[in-house]
Amino acid sequence: MGKWTRRAVLSAGVVGGTGLVVGIAVRPGNPTETAGHLVAGEGENLLHLYVKIDANNRATAILPHAEMGQGALTALAQMLAEELDADWDLMGFEEAPAEAEYANYTFGRGYLFKGIDFPGAVVPTVDGLMLKLSESLGMQITGGSTSIRATGQYGVRIAGAAVREMLKRAAAKTWAVSAEEIRTAKSTLYHDGSGRSAPYADFAAAAAQETPSSTPQLKKMSEYSVMGQSKPRHDIPAKVDGSALFAMDVKRPNMVYAAIKRTPVFGGTLKRVDERAARAMRGVIDVVQLPTLSAEGMIGSYSAGDSVAVVADSYWKAERALSALTIEWNTQGNESISSEAIFQQFERDISASTDRKNDVVIGDAATAFDNAETILSADYRVPYLAHTTMEPPNATAEVSADRAEIWVGCQNPLGFRQHIAAQLGLDFDKVTLHNHFLGGGFGRKSNADYALQAALIARAVGKPVQLVYSRAEDIRQDFYRPAVHSRFKAGLDAQGNLIAWHNTYVDKHEPIEAPLIPYAVAAQDIGHVASPTHVPFGAWRSVDHSQHGFFTESFIDEAAHAGARDPYEYRQSLLKDKPRMLAVLNRVAAEARWSVPMEDGRGRGISLQESFGSIVGQVVEVTVSSGKIWVDRVIAVIDAGYAVSPDGMKAQIESGIIYGLSAAMYGDITIENGAVAQGSFTDYDAIRMHDAPVIETHIINSGADIGGAGEPGTPGVAPALANAIFNATGKRIRTLPVMNADLRADSESSPSVAALTR
Amino acid sequence: MTTFTLNGEVRSVDTDPETPALWVIREQLDLTGTKFGCGMAQCGACTIHVDGRPQRACPRRIAPLEARDVTPPGAIKRADCPLPDLQQAWIDQQAPQCGYCQSGQLMSAAALLAVNPNPTDADIDSAMRGNICRCGMYGRIRSAIKQVAGAPFYDAMEGSQNG
Repeated sequence: MGKWTRRAVLSAGVVGGTGLVVGIAVRPGNPTETAGHLVAGEGENLLHLYVKIDANNRATAILPHAEMGQGALTALAQMLAEELDADWDLMGFEEAPAEAEYANYTFGRGYLFKGIDFPGAVVPTVDGLMLKLSESLGMQITGGSTSIRATGQYGVRIAGAAVREMLKRAAAKTWAVSAEEIRTAKSTLYHDGSGRSAPYADFAAAAAQETPSSTPQLKKMSEYSVMGQSKPRHDIPAKVDGSALFAMDVKRPNMVYAAIKRTPVFGGTLKRVDERAARAMRGVIDVVQLPTLSAEGMIGSYSAGDSVAVVADSYWKAERALSALTIEWNTQGNESISSEAIFQQFERDISASTDRKNDVVIGDAATAFDNAETILSADYRVPYLAHTTMEPPNATAEVSADRAEIWVGCQNPLGFRQHIAAQLGLDFDKVTLHNHFLGGGFGRKSNADYALQAALIARAVGKPVQLVYSRAEDIRQDFYRPAVHSRFKAGLDAQGNLIAWHNTYVDKHEPIEAPLIPYAVAAQDIGHVASPTHVPFGAWRSVDHSQHGFFTESFIDEAAHAGARDPYEYRQSLLKDKPRMLAVLNRVAAEARWSVPMEDGRGRGISLQESFGSIVGQVVEVTVSSGKIWVDRVIAVIDAGYAVSPDGMKAQIESGIIYGLSAAMYGDITIENGAVAQGSFTDYDAIRMHDAPVIETHIINSGADIGGAGEPGTPGVAPALANAIFNATGKRIRTLPVMNADLRADSESSPSVAALTR
Repeated sequence: MTTFTLNGEVRSVDTDPETPALWVIREQLDLTGTKFGCGMAQCGACTIHVDGRPQRACPRRIAPLEARDVTPPGAIKRADCPLPDLQQAWIDQQAPQCGYCQSGQLMSAAALLAVNPNPTDADIDSAMRGNICRCGMYGRIRSAIKQVAGAPFYDAMEGSQNG
């Protein structure tokens, strides 16, 4: 233990972000033999993959998630401190290195087993299997709102409790007493009978020889003293004085800079480049052509098309010279594709419904529609969306014939490392990856395209290279939230009750339950058709929930209005057997004072959405005047089972709401001539200070299984907004973004009900 | 050669006079608190002070900064700048998430409070609308500005008005 060689290299990439990887805690045996040399320094005893305790009694949590602002590292450290009985003031944390021991099989569980919940007793078996799978898949992922609910619940807490037991057993041997007689508090062991006490540090080395239990006794909610507190995030002070190091702040000796342009038409290839003008410019070092690169991503494979990079002694010079290149591309027949054509294709494929696959069939929908008094139908559409992280994709690489070193901010360090090794034809052990704070992730930085490009450019020029995407390149070479068309039909009985629900949409991704509804509708037929396009798909905050949340929570509102019912009470009536959802719905209505009428020109809308194990209710309040809209206030209620860090959870909900609201109001990536038409914050804008609503978040600690927080705030804001606009104006928004809708009172009104028959 | 005052110290840089100030500050002066967000003065991540006024460093040529007083984000030494109080308020409100935009946000807020110690909501909207936060922490940023101004603010942690 305490080998400095590896640690010196690895810790250089650790910048204070924390995250937890679950599951290693339940592997049999003590894992320190394999991992000790990776993270333990001199004088430190590694007690567990997630925990080390130094001579000063300081405990450090080693957490396998990236810090991109979600604050999960602090919350995970709280979970560890709780079960370890560690003194919070002696508790630190660091991000785990990109090593196989920290593979994170949360995604394996969620995605390979499709979210099936396993009984507690089988968890160790399943998790052991998943660890193996995720190792082979290269998963060390921060995404899917999994840090707390998976890594924290199944890994960190078990680790903390197991280490506490190991410390007690070690002390019991020395003190010649029973371990049961020893209690712990604030990083100290006590044997009250003999009056002895000792800091954890005294027994850290001995405890490391004990075998951790995979089923230690965990605390009950009533016993929590660190969990449930709003602890200040450790990463924040460095983020207000400019000292926080993002990947783009890395500077290596003799480093040069690269700007890049990928084939604008997706699927295109490089035909020829006239480099002469660029090469003649001052400071330009090289022009590098890159082939199409492919890798396995978080959700399926992805590829980055042919590219040309300019390398110069300053990023600005590289960017300027890039625009001096004359590049010809082969567009492979994709050059005539437009958003309009894509939506026509979707419409055609939904109408044909050839090879329609069912997500859910309940009851007999055909008969239910035959018996319906009223049939309501509507088509909804959402556009492609880019992520636009504040820090554009960038990576720094040093590559020699037999090794590579990479500095990035990414959501999957282990996967990136594997992909880079494969791309360069190097052994995994010859690639070192340093993960930094992410200047935003939102799913974009789970794909390694930008790191692969940096590595290849660095190898080509034989110098350390920092590759930075321009904002235009970032927007035009993203992996997009897909454009989606979704067609609905609802059947109502004579009292306006919802008796049948039919839905067909294009292109299914994850999570599989996203298009499902929580409501008690006796006949349901929900399915999808494939309608592939040439536009790259990517995971975008909340993934499929971002579109289906808008669709289903808008259409249920339409059904309520068609039945002349209050949309809140309508939902209530359909949730009698869903007490958790009902509680969230009732709470958000109460907090928003739903029953108090609003003045003319104002409106409020409600939504309810379960995603990533959490239930979120939202009420949006708007003012619409002369066709202009102001989003005044959003009231949100979340039941994530239990809030480990209440303020951190509120911040995540606020963030998810603004992210979803930016998309709902302004987000519109369009395809023209086969390529993305937008390229700046002028044509792809975000919510800013002047149009940001007040957000009030309320937390319900129901005690249910812990759910996520990073994504569940996003899906519900668009439908609550659209429902509020309907409430204020009578105009139904069925196509996003809202900025494209004409909300003027005298404008052609979209009918309040799409199509009523019978 | 361009010579200017940088956070109270006279600095000279030998560079192409067309180089944007952002890249001089980041690459030559190694002050990486000034961030690249868009290169088109659309997001505010690169906000610095020039003679005490907020400016976007990304499109701005270095040459006209000759003899000017340039202040990048970070540990500001000027006594008349409210940045240190704002930095503490940012921590109190737990305003940053990813944090990438925050040094630019702080510079815009500091410039506002330096000339307008008691800003209205409309003043805050106007001064801050050039700064995008993709993590969406606008409410907390507004509260932090009001905290420094001594005005009542919405405390997200408490879920109530404060002050």
